[in-house]
Amino acid sequence: MNKFSHIVVFIFLNGIFLFAQEDIIDISKEWELSRESRYFFDTPQFENQLNYYPSFSFQPTYKFKWNEGYENFIFSIYFNLDRDKNRTYWDLREMYYQKANNNWELNIGFKKVFWGVTESSHLVDIVNQTDALKSFDGEEKLGQPMVQFSWFLSGLGSLDLFYLPYHRKRGFPGEKGRFRFNNVLDSEDIKYESGKGEFNTDFAARWKHYFGAFDIGLSYFSGNGREPFFKFDEKNNIQAYYPIIDQYGIDLQITAGALLLKFESIYRTAKEQQFLAMDAGFEFTFSNVDKNGLDVGVLAEYLYDERGDWALSGLQDDIFYGSRLAFNDSQDTSLIAGGIHDFQTSSNLFTIEASRRFKNNMFVSLEGRIFSGVSDKELFLLYFRQDSYFRISVSKYY
Amino acid sequence: MNKLIFTLLLISPLIVISQTAEEKGYQIVSKAIDADRGFGSSSVDLKMVLKNKNGQVSERTLSNKTLELDEDGDKSMIIFTSPKDIKGTSTLTFTHKVGADDQWLFLPSIQRTKRISSSNKSGPFVGSEFAYEDLSSIELEKNTYKFIKQDGDLLYVEQDPVDPKSGYKKRIAVYNKAKGYRLETIKFFDRKGALLKTLTYLDYKIYKNKFWRASKFEMVNHQSKKETQLFFENYNFEVNLKESDFTEIALRRSSN
Repeated sequence: MNKFSHIVVFIFLNGIFLFAQEDIIDISKEWELSRESRYFFDTPQFENQLNYYPSFSFQPTYKFKWNEGYENFIFSIYFNLDRDKNRTYWDLREMYYQKANNNWELNIGFKKVFWGVTESSHLVDIVNQTDALKSFDGEEKLGQPMVQFSWFLSGLGSLDLFYLPYHRKRGFPGEKGRFRFNNVLDSEDIKYESGKGEFNTDFAARWKHYFGAFDIGLSYFSGNGREPFFKFDEKNNIQAYYPIIDQYGIDLQITAGALLLKFESIYRTAKEQQFLAMDAGFEFTFSNVDKNGLDVGVLAEYLYDERGDWALSGLQDDIFYGSRLAFNDSQDTSLIAGGIHDFQTSSNLFTIEASRRFKNNMFVSLEGRIFSGVSDKELFLLYFRQDSYFRISVSKYY
Repeated sequence: MNKLIFTLLLISPLIVISQTAEEKGYQIVSKAIDADRGFGSSSVDLKMVLKNKNGQVSERTLSNKTLELDEDGDKSMIIFTSPKDIKGTSTLTFTHKVGADDQWLFLPSIQRTKRISSSNKSGPFVGSEFAYEDLSSIELEKNTYKFIKQDGDLLYVEQDPVDPKSGYKKRIAVYNKAKGYRLETIKFFDRKGALLKTLTYLDYKIYKNKFWRASKFEMVNHQSKKETQLFFENYNFEVNLKESDFTEIALRRSSN
């Protein structure tokens, strides 16, 4: 951890040094304060778990821009306070220096990167560790230390190369928290296959291009896996470690008018596990149906994972279906409702998410996730079957 | 010789008359497009003021960058700067003279770039009275034209969208011949032919001695009684943007 904090300080001081030399700096500040309430209406499955989790978060972001936006320094840190002590944490979301010149761009520091096209799972997206404590959908990420070099060549697309010197461990709920196993996982106890541990040097590359209606991405990752490999010991307790993996990914989207066809697939190899997974589907939008701006989208995706029951996501032979409403009003009101159905076990997860701006600096979002008919055959999901919840979050921006 | 000149003078009005209203309408719009050629690239900051029928007001700010291309439509980028919850949300658009435009959306909170459909022409742009099609760059091929009348320097041209997905049956645009064929007003008629909206261009300024830009757009919806005003500030015709400023990498960066 000591070496880790040295990296943080080094990047920060260098960033300060770089922009301190410039005359014209555009500084922007944004503070996001959020109050979240999660209410779990089913009786907890495990001792000490609670029903109501109020939580409070604070995320200040500072951006320094100079050289007409071709150089930037970004700083963003996230703090969260919750009744579950593991959900009381902080994370350096972003702290990086960026420089661009014609066809290339260089980024050094803690950064967030997203890869992929599908909605229900994010298979190819591997650079950042998932912030599993903050959200259930896998879209929240921990800041990842990196050197990223991006290169664009007209007619050949863009190439992103990543040097990733440090691995971020995934956080898991504590004893009082929901979405945990019968034994509480201490993320610090999850070890590495690599002898270098979290300092194993990881590499990643992605090529992205588009041809007319086709957007295609090919990616490769080598190093410490972001997802722990789980095993059950003789006492039926969950044991886990981070394996060394190689992962090949492809993502493809065809944009044919109002119809989007989406496909993502990965092949991952590790010492104890080789598997293929994919997510394929579509999204069709009926736009402006009421002549007042309402867009109605329908989505469906099929999910496959060769690991079967051992897929951590539980999405081994499942269908995702949903509908998205965007009102295109001045308050950006939107709603998405849908579900995931497992063909093997017949388990269901229903989801609803809605959001709207109130006043100029207040944003409210609602979320509900309901587990229904979770089968006894489920390996991981079984632990969460009492964890249906509703969440309301009010964010204010300053 | 004199006789010949006299004959020519006599015939010339006939030649003008023989030009159809369609040809003349097309010619006026071509001249307006030609008058605006050669700016290369520009950037501008915008403030959007949305007023509902009860007079309640909400605001958004954004900035826009445009790269002019001759062989195909322009490339452009829009970056939202407020409200703060959508700050950094940005779009990259490659306009095409023929066929659908290519468009990407960047969501800064999850750093995700999405290719999005550009087939929604008639829907409102972020809750405003401007439809997406009202804001896309003007390409001759996207309409058929009909000259209606001349009133002093003002030329009235009817434009009928070719795209069946357009929300309009027709538009009546008024060009000012004396001021580099700049637009003064546009009246929009819905699919049933009823007057829907009026767009007025106000407070024109001239840049680089050639390019007329209005400092204010006012769009009034006569049916919903809602109104949107666009204020343009900090026009910059010296930004010298390149194709590499209009890529997915540049889209991500622009949100900072």
